[in-house]
Amino acid sequence: MVTELQKENSYQQAFRGLQESEFAEGSSRLSQLRQGAMARFVELGFPSVKEEEWKYTNVAAIARADFQPLVSSELVPSSQPELEQCVAVPETSASQLVFVDGALRSDLSALAGLPHQVVAIDLGQAMADERYSDIVRTHLARQADYVVNGFTALNTAFIDHGAFLYIPKGVIVEAPIHLLFIAKSERIANFPRVLVIAGENSTATIIENYVSGPASEYLTNGVVEVVLEEGARLEHYKVQRESVEAFHIATTAVGLGRNSSYDTTTITFGAKLSRHDIVVTMDHEGAECWVDGLYLVTGDQHADTHSVIDHRQPNCTSHQLYKGILDGKSRAVFNGKVFVRHNAQKTDAMQTNKNLLLSNDARVDTKPQLEILADDVKCAHGAAVGQIDEDELFYLETRGIHPDLGRNLLTYGFAEEVIAKIKLDSIRNELDKAVLHRLNARLEA
Amino acid sequence: MLEIKNLHAGIDGNEILKGINLTVNKGEIHAIMGPNGSGKSTLAKVLSGHPAYQVTKGEVLYEGKNLLELAPDERAREGIFMAFQYPIEVPGVSNAQFLRLAYNEKRKHLGEEELDPLEFKDLLKERAKVVEMDASFMTRSVNEGFSGGEKKRNEILQMAVLEPKLAVLDETDSGLDIDALRIVAGGVNQLHNANNAVILVTHYQRLLDYIVPQFVHVLANGRIAKEGGKELALELEQKGYDWLKAAPENNGAGAGAN
Repeated sequence: MVTELQKENSYQQAFRGLQESEFAEGSSRLSQLRQGAMARFVELGFPSVKEEEWKYTNVAAIARADFQPLVSSELVPSSQPELEQCVAVPETSASQLVFVDGALRSDLSALAGLPHQVVAIDLGQAMADERYSDIVRTHLARQADYVVNGFTALNTAFIDHGAFLYIPKGVIVEAPIHLLFIAKSERIANFPRVLVIAGENSTATIIENYVSGPASEYLTNGVVEVVLEEGARLEHYKVQRESVEAFHIATTAVGLGRNSSYDTTTITFGAKLSRHDIVVTMDHEGAECWVDGLYLVTGDQHADTHSVIDHRQPNCTSHQLYKGILDGKSRAVFNGKVFVRHNAQKTDAMQTNKNLLLSNDARVDTKPQLEILADDVKCAHGAAVGQIDEDELFYLETRGIHPDLGRNLLTYGFAEEVIAKIKLDSIRNELDKAVLHRLNARLEA
Repeated sequence: MLEIKNLHAGIDGNEILKGINLTVNKGEIHAIMGPNGSGKSTLAKVLSGHPAYQVTKGEVLYEGKNLLELAPDERAREGIFMAFQYPIEVPGVSNAQFLRLAYNEKRKHLGEEELDPLEFKDLLKERAKVVEMDASFMTRSVNEGFSGGEKKRNEILQMAVLEPKLAVLDETDSGLDIDALRIVAGGVNQLHNANNAVILVTHYQRLLDYIVPQFVHVLANGRIAKEGGKELALELEQKGYDWLKAAPENNGAGAGAN
């Protein structure tokens, strides 16, 4: 499981260099966490295709590229107008956390639209603040374990100016909270880190949005941990539109409290190579989740989704629909595990993965896996890989629509089933446009 | 408008139509009736250009041109419309989006200006009255989750938007309750005029109480076994289709077949 690190790589060098800088200041707990994670990364190295979980995704190019870790002290200043060129989401103009090259920039963030009880601050600051240090300690690096995954270990070693988002008990946040990640510097490795705590019976929507600013070739290695306490409701969108020269490796780790509701949709359009691990653990009764996604790739893009939905307690429900559209020589991987543990009676789990191949050279490896140890459950799963449905196409043709246009319309519809879930008009419209642009069609949303 | 001459056609090498002759002029309504397996739906599918069906003999002229040379989408833009017996669901594509695209493709073909979404919305609202459909249907995915009756109404809505010269309605009455049948038939009657024509493919006479044809053609075993006016449909309602199989002009070929 180990890719040997023969010589000290740029990450170790950088990490060592940072020990003498202001990076090493702050709480000792954070410092210990980083040291432990770095030690683990040195042991693990980057994953290799010999490992079952990385069989179809070769990250050797990331190791070879030796991207330079960038931390706060080296940050290039950015300005608000620059950001607005990158992305404009009017619904979140006063509820936006901006990250540049992986670090939270409070100077660029706007939080006036959030209820005053909501805490949205730097992770390091939260650890040093006695009001939040306990809750951070309880949850940070607990949802996303760095023992197994080298990338998670590496991210954890470089935690610096991550974000802590805390929605206290009973607070209902109307404005969607936009976590905007902008890649600004070339050839760097950035390590976004977010901890979201949705308190008891709170309600919120978050959008995790990755875009490339001026940079094209870089590594985003992110970890987002989400905790829903009893009765919390969270909608979580992740939109990944990194540069097609970039690498995007991310883990989303979610813990669901009793009777909580978590609805997530991940849209993957960008990156030369992307890997998203999403792990939802249902360790309390009565929780419900929707774990949906769409990957739309072309050229030589590679998109890998590994999802784990873990039913550990009775009476939980999970729904999963992942769709893929592949063109060119692109490749996608969907590996979806649903575990139903001994104790998890009355589980209701539904998993579907559908793929549309638009070219003969595209390829998808899909592996839905259902592992059921309880006996009183309702579970179903399925995967499909196919081309455009001929009956649907003929129907469009009989309405005067040319088959090329018809194929585009049907592909658009295929994507739209997932995109339509997004309740923010501006983001949904932008994604619609991106799909149409990809299809090079004359359709209008 | 439409001339079908000695048309032979089939699927997977099985001949289903064995020499159909039919002429339809503008302003006319024709009913094609017949028992299951007689070739009614095959005729509709061949006219629309379904790729699974092969024409082995004969010709079809539409406005003097060889229809069989045209691709399905070209036929549609030239003014042929087929209402499906089982309308297809198109997930993720809204009814309004789909209809505007189809409408504009036709406009472009005719060298007319395309309508923008707002202009089209007005047109759609107007046309939807023909089948008593409200605005909520326009934002829903095409036919997805529609009831049987709603799907058929949606077919007639498409007809209302596309204003075909020749509409072929394949078993449009199947699966409709009496209210839906009245709405669908009412829509067709409103859309029919002296410049277009309608071919109704139907098993039952019931639809013809609402849409009255001038001509009734009865198919049996791939041929037209009997032709007449609207009273022929009533005769069929009373006697059923069995007596046709023994009819002399059928040469006994249909006996026991299908």
